[in-house]
Amino acid sequence: MAEPALSIPALSIRGLTKVYANGFQALKGIDLEVAEGDFFALLGPNGAGKSTTLGVVSSLVQKSDGKVEIFGTDIDRDFARAKYHLGVVPQEFNFNQFEKVIDIVLAQAGYYGMPRREALPRAEELLRDLGLWDKRNGSARMLSGGMKRRLMIARALMHRPRLLILDEPTAGVDIELRRSMWDYMRRINREEGTTIILTTHYLEEAESLCRHVAIINHGEIIRNTGVRELLAELDTETFLLDLARPLGEAPVVEGFEVSLSEPAQLTVAVHRGQRLNDVFAALNDRGIEVVSMRNRANRLEEMFVSMVEQGNAATAKAEGQA
Amino acid sequence: MSPQQIAIALWTLLVKEIKRFTRIWPQTLLPPSITMTMYFIIFGSLIGSRIGEMDGFSYMDFIVPGLIMMSVITNSYSNVASSFFSNKFQRSIEEMMVSPMPNWVILSGFVLGGMARGLGVGVIVTIVSLFFTRLSVAHPLLTVGVVVLTAALFSLGGFINALLADKFDDISIVPTFVLTPLTYLGGVFYSISLLPSFWQGVSLLNPILYMVNVFRYGFLGVSDIPVGWALAAILCFILVLFAIALWMLERGKGIRS
Repeated sequence: MAEPALSIPALSIRGLTKVYANGFQALKGIDLEVAEGDFFALLGPNGAGKSTTLGVVSSLVQKSDGKVEIFGTDIDRDFARAKYHLGVVPQEFNFNQFEKVIDIVLAQAGYYGMPRREALPRAEELLRDLGLWDKRNGSARMLSGGMKRRLMIARALMHRPRLLILDEPTAGVDIELRRSMWDYMRRINREEGTTIILTTHYLEEAESLCRHVAIINHGEIIRNTGVRELLAELDTETFLLDLARPLGEAPVVEGFEVSLSEPAQLTVAVHRGQRLNDVFAALNDRGIEVVSMRNRANRLEEMFVSMVEQGNAATAKAEGQA
Repeated sequence: MSPQQIAIALWTLLVKEIKRFTRIWPQTLLPPSITMTMYFIIFGSLIGSRIGEMDGFSYMDFIVPGLIMMSVITNSYSNVASSFFSNKFQRSIEEMMVSPMPNWVILSGFVLGGMARGLGVGVIVTIVSLFFTRLSVAHPLLTVGVVVLTAALFSLGGFINALLADKFDDISIVPTFVLTPLTYLGGVFYSISLLPSFWQGVSLLNPILYMVNVFRYGFLGVSDIPVGWALAAILCFILVLFAIALWMLERGKGIRS
């Protein structure tokens, strides 16, 4: 019986190091692998090394050491071939603001050697999908911030890349537009099989969209796992309970950490294995009426903050011992 | 990339560059036309009529080739310098860097764009000159050849300037303090035979003198310097600057961290 073919990862990074000219070591030999068809989040605080990593992959940053392969093509051997698989949506607007929207996307197709007869229908398809078709003959500087972000997505998809890198794609975008962009990204991941790597500060975004996540801090990958697996490790979830009437002090509920965050709002920490129902029963016994409830913060965010804090503490300790 | 894909990429860059300078024609095409018209009126018609002949030709006929060449040099250089630097400044250069286009295609695209503007302005100035004199061309092929090579050379210069520039001021320093003096002292307005022998020797160190003289030779059939040597020197300069610019691009000078 023939063995199943091993699938080539969309992105494979081994021992990637980057030391800037001023001596700052942005990446300390990171290893990362993203499977084809995955929706992958690269998370980390500012300056952790996310953009440097993606910069190396997209050729905007020169690596100091290590190996990067895009769909099996080593960027040191044949970067041009690797680039055909890659679409990049950077953090900052990086198109000529004085050019027409249609010219920007058509020029991008031209840089990939796409004939105009193919580029024109592709541009129409993408601009329509992203709600920019009516603006195609206007100057890019006249677009709103959200439209400019969508323009960068359209531009990056012109040559039908198999791997799309999105560096904080929804930064500064209003909630409605963010949701519609999420839907679009989900669609191209699901229907076209495009592998997506995302960096974001909105951890809700990563939790909602991504299947796998890597957390990077101080130039090192401190965690690389599935989003579900990561969330399963969450020990504590915090809930906010809005009360019908304000209280003078927080009620004592045995086994639970309950505090008064506002006169008519309780904060309740629920550990794994505990039942939220027990809290409601205890409050009911005291005649405290709950009118609504929500998570205090995004679950992934709690875990992320805790991991980064632990990482920072470990780094500070190591530096203190050195 | 296949040869066909490279041709598409190069054409895309060239069209983009042409669209850029034609979109802002009041800044790119109109000013040299007006400036050169002033030169023709003041130096050619008003003062020139009192100067008499230069190298056996009317002063107007003598300065027309030099003024056309001056426009080509200035516009080729400044087009690439400002366009590439704007791309750097707005980071739209990243569009090209993340694409599979080889660096030599990026370089050639910008150089062809600079040549297009330089030669376009050269044609406009030539048309303006026809209002003041009747042009005759002694060696048409040489005339076209040398103006094309000069446009390529100064486009390459503008590219290197833009790669090295960190701010907009840096792309105006060379045109103001190097190109303009060299062009004015490059035999546009006079024959170097009028100079004392020491200054004739100094003038021969000015590369623009060679371009202006070969171009004038193409029109009038007279030159202060050997035409063959001048053409060889221009070609050598082009090869050297192309190699330097490509090396800088490969190293990511000024565009990659």
